[in-house]
Amino acid sequence: MTAAGGRQSKKPEIRCEYVFRLFVSGATPRSQRAIDNLQTLCEVHLPGRHRIEVVDLYQSPERAHDEQIIAIPTLLKIEPFPPRRVIGDLSQVDKVLHGLDIR
Amino acid sequence: MSLSTQELNFPTRPLKAPLGIAQALTGISGLDELTSGGLPRGRPTLLCGGAGCGKTVLGLEFLVRGATQYGEPGAIFTFEESIEELATNVASFGFDLRRLISQGRLAVDHVQIDRHQIEEAGDYDLEGLFIRLAHAIDSVGAKRVLLDTPEVLFAGLANKDILRSELRRLLGWLKDKGVTAVITGERGESSLTRNGLEEYVSDCVILLDLRVHDQISTRRLRVIKYRGARHGTDEYPFLIGDKGISVLPLSSLQLVHEASAERISSGNSELDRLLGGGYYRGSTILVSGGSGSGKTSVGACLASTRMRDERAIFFSFEESPAQLIRNMSSIGMDLASLVERQQLRIISTRPSGFGLENHLFTMYQAIDEFKPSVVVLDPITDFSAIGNRSEIRAMMTRLVDHLKTQGITALLTSAPGPAMLGEGSNTEADAGISSLIDTWIVLQSFEVAGERNRAVSVRKSRGTAHSNQIREFVISDRGLSLINTYRDAAGFVTGSAREAQQRHDAANGGGAANNDPGKRPGRAGAAKVPL
Repeated sequence: MTAAGGRQSKKPEIRCEYVFRLFVSGATPRSQRAIDNLQTLCEVHLPGRHRIEVVDLYQSPERAHDEQIIAIPTLLKIEPFPPRRVIGDLSQVDKVLHGLDIR
Repeated sequence: MSLSTQELNFPTRPLKAPLGIAQALTGISGLDELTSGGLPRGRPTLLCGGAGCGKTVLGLEFLVRGATQYGEPGAIFTFEESIEELATNVASFGFDLRRLISQGRLAVDHVQIDRHQIEEAGDYDLEGLFIRLAHAIDSVGAKRVLLDTPEVLFAGLANKDILRSELRRLLGWLKDKGVTAVITGERGESSLTRNGLEEYVSDCVILLDLRVHDQISTRRLRVIKYRGARHGTDEYPFLIGDKGISVLPLSSLQLVHEASAERISSGNSELDRLLGGGYYRGSTILVSGGSGSGKTSVGACLASTRMRDERAIFFSFEESPAQLIRNMSSIGMDLASLVERQQLRIISTRPSGFGLENHLFTMYQAIDEFKPSVVVLDPITDFSAIGNRSEIRAMMTRLVDHLKTQGITALLTSAPGPAMLGEGSNTEADAGISSLIDTWIVLQSFEVAGERNRAVSVRKSRGTAHSNQIREFVISDRGLSLINTYRDAAGFVTGSAREAQQRHDAANGGGAANNDPGKRPGRAGAAKVPL
């Protein structure tokens, strides 16, 4: 699930590409909500500069151990450094932005 | 992979029969006896206690023994310690965690949570943890699960409401999975666990405790709750040794020892006669007397005369094995060859070396290993240095009980305090344990007419027609001998005075010594002992 957009650099310091990985468990309403919230947030705040990978842990349970996942949904910011971790359905946009270091 | 993880499922269980619930043996020495069969099978057990009380070790041992002894693979979830730390823990009681993992007998998952790295933004659940658990359980076919300790989640996650409902769901889920789970929890100030885990685990709760008294620390274990199973409710001391945990239960809560009618020799035919035919097998004998009265010799005498297929252990708290062997060989007892033939084991320890429970544990281990039919403890009075009267009594009760249930004959020696010299019976330790004792032999050492002589008598001997005589007791290079005392109206004569009397009798054509004071003329100048 990848979305790419144009390069409208109003803020030059966040020029680099954002890579996110979102862990969900099947097609629960909460998982779907998290996916929708993340996409909306990216389109508003990081238009065209983000990539999202969604992992269904029911399909690959071993990744829960590998990536130290406890809560679902869990969002990992892979790029840019430093890595960040936000849990929840991402409905609280301010906290998501703060947790991901996007401002 | 599919998971049956409906939100907040509370499985309704059929009412179980009041007795005979299924149990899973722990393999932990003493704990299975205490719980009459182990932990509740297919249900969670809460292990709580303060830091360093042994929760993790007990949980690990349950899993490791399940995997190695009972063919039940296990899944370990560690929230605090790393896998390396766990491996060290497991190695301390003789198992290789890595090997068990590579053999597919254990699965280990280290759950790491760092609150500072986690931002919470909206609604979530702990399905990730469930997925990991399910994955680990399925990967080895786990029958046992350890969660050590999920309380860490409370520090890692901000939303306590979610956490509580998820923990409740977790416990229900573990029951549905049918795994025997052990969950550890840190002791709280006013509750069993800091975060109230006891609310979710209702089948079995075990409390561990580490207390320091007089600079000696003792671990204790208490089963607070155990639905559907009979269990001991006392606090039981336990130790973490090189073979894992050992709980020391009062081996029988009632007096149900088999009473053997078989007699065994004390090792001395004259003493046997005094006892009315020797000791009863499986009985407990106390030999009390002042220093130098011959207690150790009476003990060694019993230990050194075993039948060919019998063994004895001599626990010495004052002499080293070499000392004991030398000293006994000076009175004609060859302990060295018995030791060589594996019929006798001499174990020397200093009482002050470690705590009472530790001594008890060491003795239990040696007894279980060597399987003696006779055990000698010489002397038990030395324990007063490391415990008070009631503690020593409790320890002796445990030990005597343990020996009796196994039909082992035990001989304890006891020295009175200095003020008791000559009386030698009512010491603190004696008074405390006399009710445990079947046969009580009193040795006396007394000074008379420039000599120190010894006497022996049987103060009590349950169920035997023992003699009421006081006999002179001689220790020579040929061993122990009891001499028929020469008495006169004022007392009996011993030592050289008795020898003089014997010569006198022989010269006068008198027969063997007898003890009828009426026949014995008073002898001026003979050493007399008022008794």
